[in-house]
Amino acid sequence: MSTPLVRVEDLHVTFRAPGRDVAAVRGIGFEIRRGECLAVVGESGSGKSVTARTLVGLAGPGAHVRAARLDLDGRDARAFSARHWRQVRGRFAGLVLQDALVSLDPLRTVGDEVGEVLDAHGLTPRRQQPEQVRRLLERVHVPEPDRRARQYPHQLSGGLRQRALIASALAGEPSLIIADEPTTALDVTVQAQILRLLGELRDAGATLLLISHDLSVVARLADRILVMRDGVVVESGVTAQVLGEPQHPYTRLLLAAVPSAASRGRRLSAPVTTLPRTLPPAPVDPSVTVLSATGLRKRYGAHEVVRGVDLSIARGETLGLVGESGSGKTTVAQLLFGTVAATEGQVGFEGVPWAGVPERVRRPLRRRMQLISQDPLGSFDPRYPVERIVGEALEPGLDRRTRRDRVVDLLDRVGLGSDLLERYPRRLSGGQRQRVAIARAIAPRPSLLICDEPVSALDVSVQAQVLDLLADIRAADGTALLFISHDLGVVHHLADRVLVMHDGQVVEQGPVGDVFHHPRHAYTRSLIDALPTPAARPQPTGVS
Amino acid sequence: MTVVRAVARRLATAAVVLWAAATAAYLALLLAPGDTVDSIIGDGPDTPQIRAQVIAEWGLDRPDVVQYLDYLARAARGDLGRSYLLQRPVSDLIGEHLPATVTLAAAAAVTGVVLALAVALLTAGRRPLLRRAASTTELVLVSTPGFLIGIVLLNVFSFRLGWFPVSGGQDFSALVLPALTLALPVAGVLTQVLRDGLERALDEPFVVTARSRGIRERAVLARHALRHALLPAITLVGWLSGILLGGAVITEQVFGRPGLGQVTLQAVTAKDMPVVLAVVLLSAAVYVAVSTLADLAYLLVDPRLRRS
Repeated sequence: MSTPLVRVEDLHVTFRAPGRDVAAVRGIGFEIRRGECLAVVGESGSGKSVTARTLVGLAGPGAHVRAARLDLDGRDARAFSARHWRQVRGRFAGLVLQDALVSLDPLRTVGDEVGEVLDAHGLTPRRQQPEQVRRLLERVHVPEPDRRARQYPHQLSGGLRQRALIASALAGEPSLIIADEPTTALDVTVQAQILRLLGELRDAGATLLLISHDLSVVARLADRILVMRDGVVVESGVTAQVLGEPQHPYTRLLLAAVPSAASRGRRLSAPVTTLPRTLPPAPVDPSVTVLSATGLRKRYGAHEVVRGVDLSIARGETLGLVGESGSGKTTVAQLLFGTVAATEGQVGFEGVPWAGVPERVRRPLRRRMQLISQDPLGSFDPRYPVERIVGEALEPGLDRRTRRDRVVDLLDRVGLGSDLLERYPRRLSGGQRQRVAIARAIAPRPSLLICDEPVSALDVSVQAQVLDLLADIRAADGTALLFISHDLGVVHHLADRVLVMHDGQVVEQGPVGDVFHHPRHAYTRSLIDALPTPAARPQPTGVS
Repeated sequence: MTVVRAVARRLATAAVVLWAAATAAYLALLLAPGDTVDSIIGDGPDTPQIRAQVIAEWGLDRPDVVQYLDYLARAARGDLGRSYLLQRPVSDLIGEHLPATVTLAAAAAVTGVVLALAVALLTAGRRPLLRRAASTTELVLVSTPGFLIGIVLLNVFSFRLGWFPVSGGQDFSALVLPALTLALPVAGVLTQVLRDGLERALDEPFVVTARSRGIRERAVLARHALRHALLPAITLVGWLSGILLGGAVITEQVFGRPGLGQVTLQAVTAKDMPVVLAVVLLSAAVYVAVSTLADLAYLLVDPRLRRS
């Protein structure tokens, strides 16, 4: 057997900042063998991305790298000069980052971006470059490669952009492809396509280093898995073993955090001794309708984004609304919330007409319907501390002491301490922000919470905590939830009934078990097939 | 079709801006103290007969509104009238002095932009000591009045070192100090904006991708970051043309250079209405032209603004 492609021993990466040093990676070791796919899994701040970037000498500004061994293709990279590193980048390793909208230069054409590697290493004469770019785009299955090469990143869909980014990483025919969260921020079906493409590359002999926060994403691709937490490797091994018989409690926690059909009624987050493992049941009262909509339509110019949607939500019920980007599900939320006026259709809320009435009439009822969005940061005034953000949602006329006590109670309900009262939104973590948003939303004791992709931007482990929190609130307050998501696992875990949207229409609906176990519509089936599951791919036999 | 409409709308806007500028200047001069007849007569013999003759010759007995409309009508045909003071067509006067000012402004603009690009590219995100020194110098330059910079430069390079002539506008060496005087504050502001833009761009994920392709740091700056940094800088182009025109008046005064600055100053002091109005119209026209170019430059740099 030849030497491993990458060999790392006792790697430390420390970020030097004035005042304090932050140790991002603390003495890890691993190797990547030729032709294998190694996955590094962990949540934000675990040091997984820093580790990957250290392999191309791009750990970041202020990073101090120390290792007992850092061999790239048998060469000691610890002594590399800037010139050596430039030869490594693109040629030895190609890097694919998440979200190609910001990872490709928005001011340059896709062709220029893909061709840049060829330029940098003088691989293709200038005149043959367009031909080579076309071949690369074809290799990652971009249709109409010539036209796409002349376009800019914003003119491509998310999936095509990600393919173009992969083409640019492949251009220098690198020995190693590093994919850092390559499918985060993509729809499930697009995610499945990108994972299939990476699988194709691996089958063609490429060596892959895959970084993700989600074990279920890497399950089908990886030969071996490294689980990282706080800069150290807590568990490593062959995929089937790590997923099937996880040894470390943290790995078990990550696996348990993945929401799915199997996790219904069970807590996803770390079992806390004072709480039962099962979720409290949601008290649904089918005789009372909180919100109903009939024949909702919304047209922008010639384009109709919502084409006749009917729905109703009973008191305490959780209605899941699934669909991909562009299916019109967020527009439906806006129509129901009343921030956008429907072209046609009726909405009733708590028994009174809600759509098409003046805002003055709606205002007294506004407190009964609250919204939680994907990006809570955008919904906070950056100059307000947490106390004011949450306090503003309480009824007016409270004195300072009472108001503060009420805010502390609310923060306590969402699992946050009173030490955050003076904190500004920018200095909160993603999970803390979403909890503050939830605290603000439940402050006026609403009868309906509209949650628009509330956990899509969160790591699985944090997502698990937020989902558990929503389930607790639903049970305690009898609040109805309209839960909008592109992630079927999340919806299956939480919702009672589900509506599947496609091209502005509801193509299928019913109790969540029926729809997901016996889908009648082809579109629902394609969504379910695309869902990654934390089960290892079958191991090829006869390979040592 | 849409292109034609866009151009038509642009031209109509330009016409409105020019009209507004001309009208505002006309009103200001009308309300200024002093009599037009006095301005025309100047230091010449002043008798009732001459006064009557002047009034008749310039049509000053007509109502203000009629004079204003007559002025607009002639300006629209390109006839800017005659200078009260010099008794010559205004267009000749401006044509004579314009080249000197344009030379000065162009030299200053090029110097300012080149300086700003060089300093911003050298100090963006690296070399902390040099960056701090540059940043402090920029702030000093931006907050110092133009005439003071001119006087300091004169003191050092003309009086002490004798490298450049003290005044005049004959040859290239006489252009160096005035151009620098005008360019330094411009470079100060532009550098700050460009460096800020560069540093913002260098923080973006696409720069990590670009670096991961193995390109040189020079190429990262030139091919990726610089274009992003140019966008906010383009916004300043309109402001730049204003600074250069306004600054030219003061700079020409400090260095005793012939040019539009001296003509304008003289015309304002003597209430030489046709000349002042012509200068205002010219400035407005330059401003409109430059803003239009800036809008086009946006489309050139940022594909996201182009409509498919």
